[in-house]
Amino acid sequence: MIETDILIIGAGPTGLFTVFEAGLLQLKCHIIDALPQPGGQLAELYPKKPIFDIPGYPEVMAGDLVTNLMEQIKQFQPGFTLSETAETIEKLEDGAFIVTTNKGTKHKAKAIAIAGGLGTFEPRKPILKDIEFYENEDRGVDYFVKDPEKYRNKNIVIAGGGDSALDWSIFLSNVATSVTLIHRRNEFRGALDSVEKVQELKSAGKIKLITPAEVVGFKGSARIESLDIEMNGARMNVPTDYFIPLFGLTPKLGAIANWGLEIEKNAIKVNNALDYQTNIDGIYAIGDVNTYPGKLKLILCGFHEATLMCQSVYNRINPGKRYVLKYTTVSGVNGFDGTRKEAEKAVVKSID
Amino acid sequence: MSQDVTLFIIDRNGVKHEVLAPTDMNMNVMELIRSYELAEEGTVGVCGGMAMCASCQCYVLNDILKTERNDDEEAMLTDAYHVKDNSRLGCQIHISEDLEGLEIEIAPEQ
Repeated sequence: MIETDILIIGAGPTGLFTVFEAGLLQLKCHIIDALPQPGGQLAELYPKKPIFDIPGYPEVMAGDLVTNLMEQIKQFQPGFTLSETAETIEKLEDGAFIVTTNKGTKHKAKAIAIAGGLGTFEPRKPILKDIEFYENEDRGVDYFVKDPEKYRNKNIVIAGGGDSALDWSIFLSNVATSVTLIHRRNEFRGALDSVEKVQELKSAGKIKLITPAEVVGFKGSARIESLDIEMNGARMNVPTDYFIPLFGLTPKLGAIANWGLEIEKNAIKVNNALDYQTNIDGIYAIGDVNTYPGKLKLILCGFHEATLMCQSVYNRINPGKRYVLKYTTVSGVNGFDGTRKEAEKAVVKSID
Repeated sequence: MSQDVTLFIIDRNGVKHEVLAPTDMNMNVMELIRSYELAEEGTVGVCGGMAMCASCQCYVLNDILKTERNDDEEAMLTDAYHVKDNSRLGCQIHISEDLEGLEIEIAPEQ
């Protein structure tokens, strides 16, 4: 059982920044996310695209914002349960919660912060007969690259035409025995450097490209042995150990929708006059996942909501305990890892 | 003051709406659908308008629209479901004065 003060559901920018504000109040955090890496939409959907409305940053790449947030929170040592989704919640008599994931990992927390954004990202799956069979128990179909080492010395086929298909083809070309990239069109759509790199690796014979083509079936009884591929009306058979379709992700609110929370327009209703608490005492919702009159789905609004929420959680966990807001410039930042960040002292010195 | 244009939008339940769209707010058809709440929140414009999700896919029903699919749109529609010859992504259709009278139907959810 993982124990923490605030269990954050969702490792997007709002969830990550919560760790910082909670840390200033000596509250520990643990984060659950369905994706294999932190960052939410920013990391998964548009890491190489710029954001122009983060205060103080005239322009910041989404991926860089995530890197910066991870750096900003590291001294508060957040725990992560990645590649798992929060499934069930149970409220104990003492007011604490137990959240169990789809893989059975249990988390006990004094408060819950749902920072789930658009919801759980579920892979868009190709419509193919028997694909469900090969999805399970390492039978050869994967929708995420969780551990690249798994593909060392294996033959893999990646399908898709976007950034993740390009970037994983590039990365795995140094790991796998062979990488074949299949796409329905000749054109790929991604960051220029990714497209150029794939072109380079193709010319060097390190990535095999099959376009315009589509996977239409599988062969293999216990696990995948080969793929049937259709290209310009002709069929071919390509032996492989793994098939990784990367066709993008669709967000779904998921199991959280059944937690008894008040939902309106696919979002969780919260008390925006005070602390972004939901209709269930001790469960908060912050960032894009919540709704209230005048709600704007902006990262900067999520940061604000996270900050106010942490104050409320502090009061909930420490009833009656005195506290005043402190400025980091004045008080510095004391990490749970023993580090301290502080402003450099001014000198008091005469000038002759 | 610039002119509003009238568009006709058939929602996912088959109901036809006549809506007024401003031409001076840098809006697109996906945003127009959201502003009139013609599709359930969270089921249209999921990616925010980056042509990365196809949740705002529409079928163009008359010949008012003169622009063609752009490269991003074409790439997304290759991977989307329910795609027809007259499919467009609402987020890639910029609302301007020459859209007066455009009629579209919102495609089913992805």
